[in-house]
Amino acid sequence: MNLQEFLAMGGYAFYVWVSYGICFAVLLANIVLPVMQRKQLIRQLAEKQQRQQP
Amino acid sequence: MKFIPDPIGRFCHRMASPPHFYALSGKLLPWLTGIFLILLACGLYGGLYLAPPDYQQGDSYRIIYIHVPSAWMSLFIYIVMAITGAIGLIWRIKLAEIVAISSASVGASFTFIALVTGSLWGKPMWGTWWVWDARLTSELILLFLYLGVIGLYNAIDDKRTASKAVAILALVGVVNIPIIHYSVEWWNTLHQGPTVTKMDKPSIHVSMLIPLLLMAIAFKFYYVIAMLQRARLELLQRERTAAWVKKLVSEPSNSSS
Repeated sequence: MNLQEFLAMGGYAFYVWVSYGICFAVLLANIVLPVMQRKQLIRQLAEKQQRQQP
Repeated sequence: MKFIPDPIGRFCHRMASPPHFYALSGKLLPWLTGIFLILLACGLYGGLYLAPPDYQQGDSYRIIYIHVPSAWMSLFIYIVMAITGAIGLIWRIKLAEIVAISSASVGASFTFIALVTGSLWGKPMWGTWWVWDARLTSELILLFLYLGVIGLYNAIDDKRTASKAVAILALVGVVNIPIIHYSVEWWNTLHQGPTVTKMDKPSIHVSMLIPLLLMAIAFKFYYVIAMLQRARLELLQRERTAAWVKKLVSEPSNSSS
């Protein structure tokens, strides 16, 4: 099986690849967003702490 | 009173302490992520490349490798959320409340994935994106229950009160779980019956079954990873004035990790 055949998914390429695309986009967002928000929160708290006790 | 050593109780108490949970989850996450990625790679390779096309559905059936594990996780996470919610409600354990609300967003995501991939599978196989049958409708109600839990939690400022309200909503919604599970047996539906859980005689070939089970285990690991990441954020937000958070924040090495 060559790459083109693999990507064609027997004529169901649209349905299969859109499914997988949406799935992994949602799963990735669920990891990236809380990690980014937590880092931002730690930065904010650190800045606040430095202002209070220079 | 004589002091009785209670190693299990002590262990549970230590685990439920926020700074310990934060540190331990930070240590565990790289390992969990590594195992998840290996399982995911094996499952995808087996499901998309090694497994043969279905004799009736051709290659479109390959959506099963994300659709079915997502649907399983949508039910599993709801039950975890209801149980941890109840533990938080009864024993007022802060960590149980955090695990419950951190599970909600992951569960909502899996429910959404199950519905969307099911729709994308239904279009070529049934000729329609959506039917109002028992399985699809009860799964949609599950999505609304998750969104209700998240919305209710965000609407109440005091997070301990919010956790109580959310736990009660989650417990009431548990009635939907057996309805989803048995919907394909109780009602006539377009949705196909179970292919895997008939353990005596599964109507799925082993070359298709193994990648499906690998994906199911991978998604379990994913749930733990995503839930822990959300819980770490939630914990810091709730405990922002606690001494351990002040100490954590003041150490420059932590601001990057």
